[in-house]
Amino acid sequence: MSLHLLELEDVHTNLTLKAGVVRAVDGVSFHVDAGETLGIVGESGSGKSMTALSIMRLLPRSGRIDSGAIRFKGRDLTGLSEDEMEEIRGTEMAMIFQDPMTSLNPVYRTGWQVGEPLQIHRGIDVRASIAAAIAMFKKVGIPEAEKRVAQYPHVFSGGMSQRAMIAMGLTTSPSLLIADEPTTALDVTIQAQILDLLRNLNRDSGMATILITHNLGVVAGICDRVIVMYAGRVVEQGRTEDVFAHPEHPYTWSLLHSIPRLDADDREPLKVIEGSPPDMMRLPSGCKFQPRCPFAVEQCAKDEPELRDVRGHLARCWVTQAGTSLNGSVDAG
Amino acid sequence: MSTAPALVATQASIRQTRIHLLELARGHPRVILAGSLVLLLFLIALLAPFISPHDPIAVNADNAYLPPLSPSHLLGTDELGRDLFSRVLWGARVSLPVAFVAVAVGLVAGGVIGLISGYFGGIFDLLLMRFIDALLAFPALILAIAIVAALGPDLRNAMIAIGIVAIPVYARLVRALVLQLKHMEFIAATRSLGATPMRIILRHLIPNLLNPVIVQVSLSAGFAILAEATLSFLGLGAQVPTPDWGQMINTGATFLANDPWLAIVPGAAISVTVFSFNLLGDSLRDALDPRLRS
Repeated sequence: MSLHLLELEDVHTNLTLKAGVVRAVDGVSFHVDAGETLGIVGESGSGKSMTALSIMRLLPRSGRIDSGAIRFKGRDLTGLSEDEMEEIRGTEMAMIFQDPMTSLNPVYRTGWQVGEPLQIHRGIDVRASIAAAIAMFKKVGIPEAEKRVAQYPHVFSGGMSQRAMIAMGLTTSPSLLIADEPTTALDVTIQAQILDLLRNLNRDSGMATILITHNLGVVAGICDRVIVMYAGRVVEQGRTEDVFAHPEHPYTWSLLHSIPRLDADDREPLKVIEGSPPDMMRLPSGCKFQPRCPFAVEQCAKDEPELRDVRGHLARCWVTQAGTSLNGSVDAG
Repeated sequence: MSTAPALVATQASIRQTRIHLLELARGHPRVILAGSLVLLLFLIALLAPFISPHDPIAVNADNAYLPPLSPSHLLGTDELGRDLFSRVLWGARVSLPVAFVAVAVGLVAGGVIGLISGYFGGIFDLLLMRFIDALLAFPALILAIAIVAALGPDLRNAMIAIGIVAIPVYARLVRALVLQLKHMEFIAATRSLGATPMRIILRHLIPNLLNPVIVQVSLSAGFAILAEATLSFLGLGAQVPTPDWGQMINTGATFLANDPWLAIVPGAAISVTVFSFNLLGDSLRDALDPRLRS
């Protein structure tokens, strides 16, 4: 078996809340290779952010990785001390967040902040770190970098802040960048610019990227492979083209079919996924998507399917594993 | 080559901060007014030995009970013929330092408690906040009096007592701010870049606390002045013959019927001082609070 940059093996992360235990990440396994962009898609509460926070070991106080291994460059992160993790965070892996407007500390100049990882990890003085920040600003396409580093975050627009965040994550040239919904808070033209930027940085530096999103268009645009999560589990995993061309899990299928089409009859109601996301404290038996699934058969409510190869990629569904094609039934259903 | 723009940037930054402060003051004339009042009080305290016309504790029985505006005694004299104007000026040298040491005690102790409580939460939060609740259960002055009574009446103990009484305000303020700040994404972002908890607290939380804390400092300085005067009035602070406003009122109270200025003069000094600090706190709050900015 070749060594992957990052490999998750049967990771279980539980949140212990007053109301009970939530199995936020339930037996997730996947890997990311250098230079690759992996998309993680799912609705709110599907465990995609918790998976990212498990990798960074930045879980909230109530969260704990109960079992499984997270191997990064061959080292199991779950066994490292907090000191060792602090060394890895910001040097080997970096993370950018959803809301760029609150991701920068309002009391510091952007240049100081973008250079901060260098101060922390390389012991570089402030002046040199600001010089590095100027170089990074240029790299991520912030115009007038020399002037911008002396400005406070409130002067920056959303897109500019997100560029600054990306610059901050990349100052130490990490080998893995986790982007948690990096474009959700931005308007569409800026989204495209930021995604272009991520794709270019990815291509130029050979850095691996995990892109967490609920926007399938984003995934189609820049991800090599995609993982679809539902109720803390991976329900489908494969190359982006494969998954989009012939989804083998009804949840993915429903997501793809709920994207409004411009060429559709404008009196036709928008397609939705019936029902609501499952209560993570009281998950249904069998397949977790079965109560909302238009394809469910009797077996689905009894046993939970495994993630198995179906026509070239992995899916967790009894129906497709038995040979039925979801695409064939699109118009029939 | 690459350091040149950075040099420019850092130099520009220092200048910009100053301009920023000036602009803030220009937009809020009350800050300037209150700030100069407070500054004036400090100058008086600092320069009292040089600007007071008489020795504040020199007794001169021939000149006792002179009314204000007497020749060479602007505010009159007290029952022992001591110059009231000089005594009031020297009184600032007692009140202001006491107030500031007390505020510093409250700020440091309360701030640390608030930071630990807010940032680490859990059992720390539970225990520390119950301690703060216990302090709050007593009316502030009663608690201060009790502490001085236990420690013994002198100025140093008055400072400690007023400082302890000021702890809850800071602990609660800082805790609330930290609770709010620690869920902001920039804290998570900084953690994800490998910053230690110590660095996050010192470099990222504390600078964000400064504005509201500065406002609270000037407001509680006013309270501390009043509390010090109260303790001294009750004989629990400055002891005779130290010229102290609270103690002067105490003495003056005896002669209130015939020679009311003995109590009115130090009383006015306290009022002006407390007013100045409250005005400063109030105007700073207006100037620094982004929500109230038009």
